[in-house]
Amino acid sequence: MNFTTPFRNQELIRTLLSQINKLKLRPIKIMEVCGGHTMAIRKHGLHQLLPSEIELLSGPGCPVCVTEQTFVDKAIAYAQLPKTTLLTYGDLVRVPGCYQSLSEARSAGASVEVIYSTQQALSLARKQPNHRFVFAAIGFETTAPGTALALQQASVEKLNNFLVYCAHKTMPEAMEALVADGLPIDGYLGPGHVCSITGSKLFDRLVARYSIPLVISGFEAVDLLQSVFLLTQMILQNESGIQIQYRRLVSPDGNRKAQSILNEVFEPCTATWRGLGAIPHSGLKIRNTYAQWDAEVMLPVSVHSLPDPKGCLCGEILKGIRKPTECAHFGKKCTPEHPVGACMVSSEGTCQAYYSYQQTE
Amino acid sequence: MNNHLIQLGHGSGGRMSRNLITQLFARYFANDTLRPLGDSSYIAGQTSQLAFTTDSYVIDPVFFPGGNIGQLAVCGTVNDLAVSGAIPRFLSAGFILEEGLSLKDLEKIVAAMAVEAANAKVQIVTGDTKVVRRGQCDKIYINTSGIGEIPEKHAHFTRKPAMQPGDKILLSGSLGDHAIAVLAARENLYLEEPILSDVAPLNHLAQLALEQPEQVLQMRDITRGGLATILVELCENQSFGIEVLENEIPIKQPVRSVCELFGFDPLYLANEGKMLLIVKNGTEKDILKRLRSNLAGANATLIGEITDRHPGKAIMQSVVGGKRLLDMLHGELVPRIC
Amino acid sequence: MCLGIPAKIVSITGDFAQVSIQGARIEVGIQLLDSVSVGDYVLVHTGYALEILSEEDALETLEAIRLLEKLNLGKLPSLS
Repeated sequence: MNFTTPFRNQELIRTLLSQINKLKLRPIKIMEVCGGHTMAIRKHGLHQLLPSEIELLSGPGCPVCVTEQTFVDKAIAYAQLPKTTLLTYGDLVRVPGCYQSLSEARSAGASVEVIYSTQQALSLARKQPNHRFVFAAIGFETTAPGTALALQQASVEKLNNFLVYCAHKTMPEAMEALVADGLPIDGYLGPGHVCSITGSKLFDRLVARYSIPLVISGFEAVDLLQSVFLLTQMILQNESGIQIQYRRLVSPDGNRKAQSILNEVFEPCTATWRGLGAIPHSGLKIRNTYAQWDAEVMLPVSVHSLPDPKGCLCGEILKGIRKPTECAHFGKKCTPEHPVGACMVSSEGTCQAYYSYQQTE
Repeated sequence: MNNHLIQLGHGSGGRMSRNLITQLFARYFANDTLRPLGDSSYIAGQTSQLAFTTDSYVIDPVFFPGGNIGQLAVCGTVNDLAVSGAIPRFLSAGFILEEGLSLKDLEKIVAAMAVEAANAKVQIVTGDTKVVRRGQCDKIYINTSGIGEIPEKHAHFTRKPAMQPGDKILLSGSLGDHAIAVLAARENLYLEEPILSDVAPLNHLAQLALEQPEQVLQMRDITRGGLATILVELCENQSFGIEVLENEIPIKQPVRSVCELFGFDPLYLANEGKMLLIVKNGTEKDILKRLRSNLAGANATLIGEITDRHPGKAIMQSVVGGKRLLDMLHGELVPRIC
Repeated sequence: MCLGIPAKIVSITGDFAQVSIQGARIEVGIQLLDSVSVGDYVLVHTGYALEILSEEDALETLEAIRLLEKLNLGKLPSLS
């Protein structure tokens, strides 16, 4: 089987929708923690197909949206250094820093290249030994192993013109910060690809401590509807706990080899999340054994950062407290072409998802 | 944010390109002929109306599966004329060459231009060449301008099209072949079923559609910015909206796969031999039959219609049945991890 | 977050494998997997295989939905 087509099956989608409709619903709020889920839901228009009692809210799971402005400012500072190229995933190039985005900095002469994999970063560094490459690493547990492998490889090859500027983040601590806030959320769709690495055990403590229902979901329409069905059942029956809908990929223990590679290269640190602030143990820092490839150690840059733009509700939107349409900038000063806040930058950011897809009703 | 520098997104064919055109070029060059900002401008000729258009071509790599920059330069301009209801007649060709470009490559490009020009029944009647220092351009840039004649029976193309709810939207074939062929060549992607650029002159297809000229309200060449950008342009600020069905839009499997891998939306990918037609309600079967009689239109299909339900908006019904608002491309198209 | 796509392993050379994503071939790193064989399906993210996909579990997940319709009980057999 090809693992894709069957999970887009129209008949199964209809079955799930009709089963969801048969549940004895009351108004419930479900947060999809992962930006990829937000994207898939909006792309298929699943939120419109669900009964009106079920409200879907987007959480803090878009790495671009939670990247603080200072990180972008520093990445730009690296890109402006002589004989230095800043490498990054495409998602980051349009994110506004305090002054400009990487894309704008590039047109002003900064050296910025978009890569798809850290393997490309290594191969650039090998080909041009007299040029420095700084990789701006963003993303969660799913993306961090690619960075860890590149660091290990750089160490083996003594590739000294390759540096990592690291802003990897981890999911449960940020989720806990939200849950602890006592948000009016009835249940959570858990991030399937993060859990392929970490296992569902990542959320055990959180779920037990706060007695919340959580379903770890895949990304196809069938996956998401099945997860909403399972989660709604749990909510209606006042059950808490973890169910794995995405069983073809996610196990309770996850990928132990990947976990040990992550642990070998990174250690937990306090990370600053845009809109949420500093959260202890929610970031990954490069261990001292790899300090030689840590841009912040080897090549510190300082920037003068500004406070977040006035009136931008990104923080509260990320927490699911406010809707993008409640923000004074939304659709006016803040559009996908000229984003004010990070939630408008990425196509999976809550604000852009609203901007692009919500206006259809 | 500061926008005092040209960014790659300004050349992407999406919203930024559109703003650059309307806020700079069209502002300075303002005149009645230019104002509609269509694929060609209509100019009063001695005997018949003329269509006039220009386009510049830059591409990396210069040679790609299914064609080269020369074919693009001829077909692109021919297509702008063809979808404007014109019979393409004459082209100019301006070349900017990088010092060090191999003459053999240049000849290959020029020969391909000659073949496409003959195929499209146009003549290249004037040209120019400049050479810049190594590093000041990327191998070769070509500009072509084209003039076509508007037959009397196509005169309605020179006026604002009169779209009515119920009018149908046709697409001449699969989306994204050109963009993915070029990407695959640039990134060394191997595709089990090779995807070739769809670069081709559309004038024969346009002529087939126009055998009954009154049936066709408007045609558009779907290039950079992709289908979504064109659909938005068509209905933005209009009294009608557009509704299309995702299920009906043909996309080849390898194109779909590469899109999923890199996080591209095929609706925004560039094409070089595809057109969109708005046709009168009830004529669609007739026109599809004529389009499909030509190889370039073999996969032509009905993808949607004009509606009065949501004026000014282009909406796509997803495979699953939900609805999604289409917008122009934002910035440049880059691979994503999310 | 995190675009991931199922891909079939076509060949393996050391730490890298050629994979096919329904017709599109790319090279991905397989350093994160303990063992993987030609013919396995893996989930690819940023050029690395994150985990092997289980066909058995996929079929069970789909079957659970079909069963739901058949039995129309409104409650899925537990998945965890």
